[in-house]
Amino acid sequence: MTLTDYMSAAPEMTLLGLICVVLIADLFVDDENRVQTFWMSIAALAITMWTLLTTAPAESLVLFDGSYVSDPLSQVLKVTAVGFVGIALMYGRDYLRANDLHKGEFYILALFGLLGMMIMISANSLLTMYLGLETLALSLYALVAIDRNNVTSAESAMKYFVLGAIASGALLYGISWVYGVTGTLKFDEIAMALAANPALNSLPLWFGLAFLIVGISFKFGAVPFHMWLPDVYQGARTPVTLYIASAPKLAALAFTLRVLTDGLGGLHDVWADMIMVVAVMSLLVGNVIAIAQTNIKRMLGYSTIAHVGFILLAVFCGNDKGNSAALFYTLTYIVAAAGAFGIVILLSRRGFDAENLSDFKGLNARSPWFALMMMFLMFSLAGVPPFIGFFGKLNVIDAVLSSGYPGLAILMVLASVVGAFYYLRVIWYMYFEQAEDMAVLQSSADTRLVLSLNGLAVLALGIIPGWLWTLCTQIALSMR
Amino acid sequence: MDYSQYLLSILVWLPIISGIVLLVIGDGGDAKSSKASTMRIIALGMSLLTFVLSIALYAWFDNTETGMQFIERFAWIPALNAYYYLGIDGISAPLILLTTFITPLVVLTSWDVIKVRPAQFFAAFLILEGLMIGVFSALDGLLFYVFWEAMLVPMFLIIGVWGGERRIYATLKFFLYTFLGSVLMLVAFIYLYGQTGSFDMFGWMNVTIGLTAQKFIFIAFLIAFAVKVPMWPVHTWLPDAHVEAPTGGSVILAAIMLKMGGYGFLRLSLPMVPDGSAYFSGLVIAMSLIAIVYIGFVALMQKDMKKLIAYSSIAHMGFVTLGFFLLWSIQSGSGAGLGMTGGMVQMVSHGLISGAMFLCVGVLYDRVHSRKIADYGGVANTMPVFAAFMVLFSMANAGLPGTSGFVGEFMVIIASFKANFWFAFLGASTLVLGAAYTLWMVKRVIYGEIANDDVAELEDLNIREFVVLGVLAVAVLLIGLWPAPLVDMMNVTVDQLIQQIGHSKL
Repeated sequence: MTLTDYMSAAPEMTLLGLICVVLIADLFVDDENRVQTFWMSIAALAITMWTLLTTAPAESLVLFDGSYVSDPLSQVLKVTAVGFVGIALMYGRDYLRANDLHKGEFYILALFGLLGMMIMISANSLLTMYLGLETLALSLYALVAIDRNNVTSAESAMKYFVLGAIASGALLYGISWVYGVTGTLKFDEIAMALAANPALNSLPLWFGLAFLIVGISFKFGAVPFHMWLPDVYQGARTPVTLYIASAPKLAALAFTLRVLTDGLGGLHDVWADMIMVVAVMSLLVGNVIAIAQTNIKRMLGYSTIAHVGFILLAVFCGNDKGNSAALFYTLTYIVAAAGAFGIVILLSRRGFDAENLSDFKGLNARSPWFALMMMFLMFSLAGVPPFIGFFGKLNVIDAVLSSGYPGLAILMVLASVVGAFYYLRVIWYMYFEQAEDMAVLQSSADTRLVLSLNGLAVLALGIIPGWLWTLCTQIALSMR
Repeated sequence: MDYSQYLLSILVWLPIISGIVLLVIGDGGDAKSSKASTMRIIALGMSLLTFVLSIALYAWFDNTETGMQFIERFAWIPALNAYYYLGIDGISAPLILLTTFITPLVVLTSWDVIKVRPAQFFAAFLILEGLMIGVFSALDGLLFYVFWEAMLVPMFLIIGVWGGERRIYATLKFFLYTFLGSVLMLVAFIYLYGQTGSFDMFGWMNVTIGLTAQKFIFIAFLIAFAVKVPMWPVHTWLPDAHVEAPTGGSVILAAIMLKMGGYGFLRLSLPMVPDGSAYFSGLVIAMSLIAIVYIGFVALMQKDMKKLIAYSSIAHMGFVTLGFFLLWSIQSGSGAGLGMTGGMVQMVSHGLISGAMFLCVGVLYDRVHSRKIADYGGVANTMPVFAAFMVLFSMANAGLPGTSGFVGEFMVIIASFKANFWFAFLGASTLVLGAAYTLWMVKRVIYGEIANDDVAELEDLNIREFVVLGVLAVAVLLIGLWPAPLVDMMNVTVDQLIQQIGHSKL
């Protein structure tokens, strides 16, 4: 093994080193100056980003005895993940400071979570995948409980931890079956083993596959493994919810694509049905239950479940078009989701969380600009053109239709009409109702700038979606 | 350099960009501030400028050209083979002119009536205008869909923010109904994209499609456009939306947004799935006749003026769809074109008349704050000038010869005579019903004794209102007495369209 081999894994190593530096440096920062930890974390993210961009291999490269892969898919997912962790820290800073939660742990855990995501994204074997998943999950459990005196936070963290542990167990169990049948943990070798010996494609492998799908569904929060998601979204403090709602979805997508397409692509006929059932249920349950919510974090939680349904229906196609659509949908979905939680944070202040839908009443009178941004984000999530969410849905419907499932396409559009209602309700509260609370929005200029750019991005991307579409298509083609 | 080739883009983007400028500058939330009056002047100026530019469009429009004109085509999303592709023909040009003509009038009508956030109000209308022109000129399916859906956003806000008491119910119903209709159209679009590999509408017109697929596509289109027109039985959102919308919103809704449905039938349903259209033409004709007769009776019983006009809109739009789908019931060649042209003329004329009727109700509402017929009576005594206008537009609504309302209805009735006596019989009943509900309303509102103190204190039209109604009255009479320029614009395109429909795509 030469130095160039390690170069492709440089982003993870750099990040790990920098996390240790921040961890130690944070010890010498007192509470008043905690913002220094924030800036150190941002610097760590910036350096990681720079390393990512400069060490990107020209083609897909497998390292560490086949456990690690660096390819165009991992590159784009990692760049986006680093970016969105940065955005999550940015949006969260003022909120945490105002609520006496501004601790170094938040930043350290967020960075460790990112490390876990990056390992998941680049995993080329089931074991590496599991290691990354646990690194991410443990950071998330602790992040959810970061406000340890808050009963709801503690309860949701406990729930998340217990259910997460069960899901991890199921996943490991599935991995052991796959290993037992194929004799390997590496995705490319699993695919080769299946191609060489079609007899492997039988009940024992399907049994293991079912448990892998449980793991995927849990990670994504797809029905019927979605129970944790609304509670965690609601119970966690909003910056943590924002963090969970954005970047980890990229890692979950990488998990899904690598396991199902790279590894078990030969079993498409078997897993397609399972994924379809999970996806359709997510679509229906998510959209319908979201209507009944009065807490916006919970509502966005159920809406996430519905969006996951779209992502999984794209994966369900099992071809390049489907994978490209899944990637496009995930990338564009988290832009809107991060922005929406950013606005929820913006409306909060010391001792007050703008958690209820009614807290959005009359936002247009309080801040026309951010009401407009929230409207863009909501219309994007609802899939109304010219916002980017529409093109995400278009991409998925195109993939499903070209795979020959018109019924699913019609189901998707009907579900999105149901979904439009609860997004419209947010706009209705912002624009059509009188404000009950005229408090001035408190946040620093840099947060406002990033939030505005985030809101405008869903419009700008929607007007020129072509480059992202092409990029996703190329990445899907580059996958094995 | 020849700028005329970018004229359509300018017509689309000039209002949208002016709208964004209004939004960004804002009015500070105060309708009386000098900033707010500057915003009003900018809005009026920009909408007038758009109208002037559209006159240039009319001047350069070639009535003899069979294909598209003012074509612009640039790659938009190369990965999807989607283009920024604009162009107009004899079907879309009159509707674009109608749009640019109505918008300045709407801005004038809403001048000082809107007390809350006027900058946002005018911005919404300007953005809406640009998007509507975009719908009428888009020749790329995806671009068409983007404009079509984006249009819902400003209208949703116009009804929801500046509407009446039940505005939230009305605007949600409006949005969800139309959204439901259009998402099915999207599925049909993506299917057609899958068949041809592009979103080019001409590619869609020429590709072969099996009868079953054509039937499904037609149904998807029918749902989308029937909701927009609106046709019976999916019309129920319209009375709610009209009643609750502010006057300007009602005018745009009636005058232009309802025309989107008719335009969609002509641009998409008929040429792309001719065999599917032929198969379902009986259904559409039946729905149109039910709209004409049944909704006419419903209109008769309304107590609210705006609701009455909303129902009369549904009945009149029934003529549009009736005219479009007579094609397969007519044996001899010439009648089909007559029905289709009649439907087109009816769309333009209904745009002017229903817009004017809503403006008249708006004039009364601004003074008395009631839309109930029972709250009025004897308005002619206190507002003679207004009464003259209202009577003129009511006559036009009832289809009096010499007004634009007569031309389209007459053409459609003649065409339906060639098709089937009973179509014509039922269609012509509107001449009685339309006269009954409109004139009965006029009788109760305008004539008679002064009913109450509110009416006694009414002041006649101010200059602004006079100008708006006067301009519309001239347009209604002009088309009624001399429809030739309008019909000439459409003739070549309609012939072309009928040829296109004649080719089976099986």
